[in-house]
Amino acid sequence: MDSSSKQEWRETTLASTLKRAAERQEKFETSSGLEIEPVYAPEDLAGFDYTRDSGYPGEYPFTRGVQANMYRGRLWTIRQYAGFGTAEETNQRYRYLLDQGQTGLSIAFDLPTQIGYDSDHLLAKGEVGKVGVAIDSLRDMEVLFRGIPLDKVSTSMTINATAPVLLAMYIALGKRQGVEPAGLNGTTQNDVLKEYIARGTYIFPPRPSMRLTTDIFAYCAQQVPRWNTISISGYHIREAGSTAAQEIGFTLANGIAYVQAAINGGLAVDTFAPRLSFFFNSHVNFFEEVAKFRAARRLWAKIMKERFAAREPRSWMLRFHTQTAGCSLTAQQPHNNIVRTALEALAATLGGTQSLHTNSFDEAYAPPSEQAVTIAVRTQQIMGYESGIADVVDPLGGSYYIESLTDSLEKEAGQYITAIDGLGGAVAAIEQGYQQKEIQDSSYRYQKQIESGKRTVVGVNDFVSPYPKITGLLRVNPEAEQKQRERTAQVRKERDNSHVNQSLERLEDVARGTDNAMPAVLECVESYATLGEICDVLRKVFTTQKEFLVF
Amino acid sequence: MARNRIRVLLAKPGLDGHDRGAKVVARALRDAGMEVIYTGIRQTPDMIVEAAIQEDVDVIGLSILSGAHLELFPPVIEGLRERGREDALVIAGGIIPEDDVPTLQQMGVRGIFGPGTSTEDIISFIRKQLAAA
Repeated sequence: MDSSSKQEWRETTLASTLKRAAERQEKFETSSGLEIEPVYAPEDLAGFDYTRDSGYPGEYPFTRGVQANMYRGRLWTIRQYAGFGTAEETNQRYRYLLDQGQTGLSIAFDLPTQIGYDSDHLLAKGEVGKVGVAIDSLRDMEVLFRGIPLDKVSTSMTINATAPVLLAMYIALGKRQGVEPAGLNGTTQNDVLKEYIARGTYIFPPRPSMRLTTDIFAYCAQQVPRWNTISISGYHIREAGSTAAQEIGFTLANGIAYVQAAINGGLAVDTFAPRLSFFFNSHVNFFEEVAKFRAARRLWAKIMKERFAAREPRSWMLRFHTQTAGCSLTAQQPHNNIVRTALEALAATLGGTQSLHTNSFDEAYAPPSEQAVTIAVRTQQIMGYESGIADVVDPLGGSYYIESLTDSLEKEAGQYITAIDGLGGAVAAIEQGYQQKEIQDSSYRYQKQIESGKRTVVGVNDFVSPYPKITGLLRVNPEAEQKQRERTAQVRKERDNSHVNQSLERLEDVARGTDNAMPAVLECVESYATLGEICDVLRKVFTTQKEFLVF
Repeated sequence: MARNRIRVLLAKPGLDGHDRGAKVVARALRDAGMEVIYTGIRQTPDMIVEAAIQEDVDVIGLSILSGAHLELFPPVIEGLRERGREDALVIAGGIIPEDDVPTLQQMGVRGIFGPGTSTEDIISFIRKQLAAA
């Protein structure tokens, strides 16, 4: 007997199956608790209009992808986040990764660099070179890029509060290599709002921070036109424990705040919007992640076109980098992480990412070893060159389930944006602790699900078995800190200190006024003023921000 | 000294902003009936020792994912000793390579809880240790 509708099928065929045996779980849910039905059918897409809701790739609302032929033209960029110890060691790793066929660089900076302290600062003790490379002055950048021509690579920098300083160093380095700013390609993360929400490397209060962010927008529009001025990041929001819907809702709400701040600062939307980019997490729940990327693209296109009246199609496009979920990696049976990462990477590419970082299997212990990172890179190459998934655009588009999930995620994310609008926008909501509280609730719920056995984590709460200890973990050379301090002391001795002081004074004047801060920062770094000295000036003018702690 | 509720200080030493684990543990301990003081991020060892003394806690939990544990834990332990609080139970969580565990234990970190730990295990560890003290 064939059912003529989903309802009829539920009442007949499905009902008789369920009478014989219950399902594995009482309820199947997405990460935000949305119930998943047993099957999706045409009824679930009632009201779906292909042209309006999906459209062809490369066309508004870009649900199917931002380019017409996606990976048939060029594969996604393989971009592994890397950095540790001194600039010399990281330079070696970069050259290794480029030799392995990686196509873009991604700099991990250590925490002192991210928070504006030189390696010899008291608060930097023990942290130098640990989670990334230590950069104190332009001299360190010269070492970091030795033998790497800046006109041949694109470089992504995970740098936020100190983004103006590192961008200025990159521009200065380009000039020394004979590459004009207009010839530079890359990205500064430059997204401080998610630092208050989830990641923690803010320095200044939100308002002066937003000014520095938009100063980069304005400066690059004139001087560094191919630079992605910001990478508005959901990655860390998800790592902190949010759901998929919260990840895109909070991220796009931050995006709205940046666009509004730039417009308020006098920039025309189409002059800077095409250079905005995004960064998402790819978690382990496969279909939800694919739908999340599609939903984010459609929602952002509508926001830019309808809310901000952008006219330029490039302003409507949500281009993004993806990293597989660090928080899904387990310390137990670590080789299983290779499989988790492959699944997550597949979701990212089926979701249409522009670039991808695949985590290494040993990252629940330490920064990746060379062996582990090679497997991570090869995972992407197997996907791109062997599996055939790159040969067609958005192959899951049109799936009843994927389209329906894309709709629900867009709706849920939209509700978060409405809630944040109601609180006065992203900055006001952060000050009230809204996003932080929502994320903490989600992460606690997730943990409880694992502990109650409602959610299985293989090797952790089920299928537990002994596993061999992994060897060859990367350990940051303990002499790196000392070496780095010595280099910075040397730089301070060799430079023209009167020039340094003049440039720092000029920066202070600019910071107190309203002019774009970038030219003054560039002058400072070219005089070999250190990152810590530059940030001390800005801390003096802008003050520092205490944690928006909700607990 | 008997008291009704176990008092716990949870702290994030150093510049590391990864606070998901610390916040989950804080909430779980609180749900288990303990009094929890969470310092927030970017705490120096001195700040942590001072808070432990001021709050007169039984337990100090240090959460760190940046790899700076071998540099940042010793001054905390040393500071507690100087202030006469070597009796306090010091535990740690985060990304800590197995090879560092014996070193930290020798230093006086009595429990080390890595990724995948159930909060129930931390709760029962604390209760057992304090009961034995």
